[in-house]
Amino acid sequence: MRALALVAAAAAIATAPAYAQEDKVVLKDAPGRDKAQQCIACHSLDYIQMNSRFLDKAGWTASVNKMINAFGAPIAKEDVDAIASYLAENYGKR
Amino acid sequence: MNDRRPDARRRQLLRGAGALGMLAAGRALAAPVGGTASLGLAELPDGTLAEQMLYALPGKVPLIKKTFRPPNFETPVQYFRSAITPNKAFFVRWHLAGIPQVAAAQWALKVGGDSAERELTLNLDQLKKDFKPAQVTAVCQCSGNRRGLFEPHVAGVEWGAGAMGNAVWRGARLKDVLAKAGVKAGALEVVLDGADHAPLEKTPDFVKSIPVDVALSDDTLIAYEMNGEPLPHWNGFPVRLVVPGWTGTYWVKQLATVKVVSQPEKNFWMSTAYRLPRGRFSTPTFKSQLYAANEPITAMVVNSLVTSLQSGQQVARGKPIEVRGVAWDGGSGIAKVEVSPDTGATWLPAKLGKDRGRYSFREFALSVPTRESGARVIMARATSTRGETQVNELIHNPAGYHHNVIQRIYVEVV
Repeated sequence: MRALALVAAAAAIATAPAYAQEDKVVLKDAPGRDKAQQCIACHSLDYIQMNSRFLDKAGWTASVNKMINAFGAPIAKEDVDAIASYLAENYGKR
Repeated sequence: MNDRRPDARRRQLLRGAGALGMLAAGRALAAPVGGTASLGLAELPDGTLAEQMLYALPGKVPLIKKTFRPPNFETPVQYFRSAITPNKAFFVRWHLAGIPQVAAAQWALKVGGDSAERELTLNLDQLKKDFKPAQVTAVCQCSGNRRGLFEPHVAGVEWGAGAMGNAVWRGARLKDVLAKAGVKAGALEVVLDGADHAPLEKTPDFVKSIPVDVALSDDTLIAYEMNGEPLPHWNGFPVRLVVPGWTGTYWVKQLATVKVVSQPEKNFWMSTAYRLPRGRFSTPTFKSQLYAANEPITAMVVNSLVTSLQSGQQVARGKPIEVRGVAWDGGSGIAKVEVSPDTGATWLPAKLGKDRGRYSFREFALSVPTRESGARVIMARATSTRGETQVNELIHNPAGYHHNVIQRIYVEVV
């Protein structure tokens, strides 16, 4: 189901001219990127770069949990730590 | 000062230079796109500066791109050199990525709720013809305008100073539409929903409410015109709510449903988002939405923006420093704007521009003579008619709202 949702979101992006430039936003290549890529179901990935670098691991964990608990993001509980680690490592407070 | 019109090559150069850390801090010519240090304010996060660029949405001039989806785009400061913000340059802010293209002929407004006597459905022609048009010039400012300047930084859309605009709004009075539906005695709030939606079903739909007394104010409009034209798609075509004085979160775009209700609206966007620590600001209270620890944001705090200077710029000795900009507040109107030519030691009254009403930008101007060479810090502070003045130090709050810190613009007289 999640894969389907991602495919649907990707298709919507591909057909929306206003968002064409979104394709150029690419997350840093590092361990955990594939899991962080799930964020694209609801928003462009520039949200991540925009919010850097000032959140620590606890801050990024809180953000990911907000996406799950407040916004209903279909992210598996066991993926939260991997995503937060990736974000803290690549977009976190130094 | 230089009119820094965008072109792609220059932008790339600037962004490349930023990435290499080669920018001389504060120098006007080296300022990155949409940076705020050049305004004499705190700077945006590094990641924000690296990510943002000028980008034109269909029907818009190039604006400062924060995020593509949902689209969040900021107005460059140059557009605030006039009191009215052009529609094509007006900032864009959406919470949810599902934004339909609404056709005027298909649009309908549903009015109802447990405190309405009857249900109504209005099409655009009826809204325009059955209700006496009203007009107001009013600032629409995102609650989080200048969030990116918070120190320490807080998560969210990292806005600089341009998540705002001032327009002449024309439409039907909400109170007239509500009168046609009939408002029962126990009415508490009016709940507003637009046609936008989230990609996921589980995400709370963006729904806002306002107190019934604000809904029944003469100035609260269901607007179908902005600066004499239909609203741009990105600003809520065909109609949006206009709540003069209150922050943009209540100005629901693509308005589709209005409900008069007897109980407080409890969805995420009211109960969790857009809240301030209780009692930290002197803005109006949303009485039916108070919690022990926090309360909803309501009206804007007093603020100003100097648009004629860039921090770090040089001015020839003997030539006056022209300090010009706009000031606004949450609807009491601007009483005065003072300019300090000496880091706040003395304050001089600026000349105020045309009065376009208490909800509008008020222009101000002052020429500061430059008899001696050396560094100067220019400041400007606005005071509202209710006696509220801009702050020297940020009033921090977790979600990054109500930034109205006085600018400190460094000018070198040579």
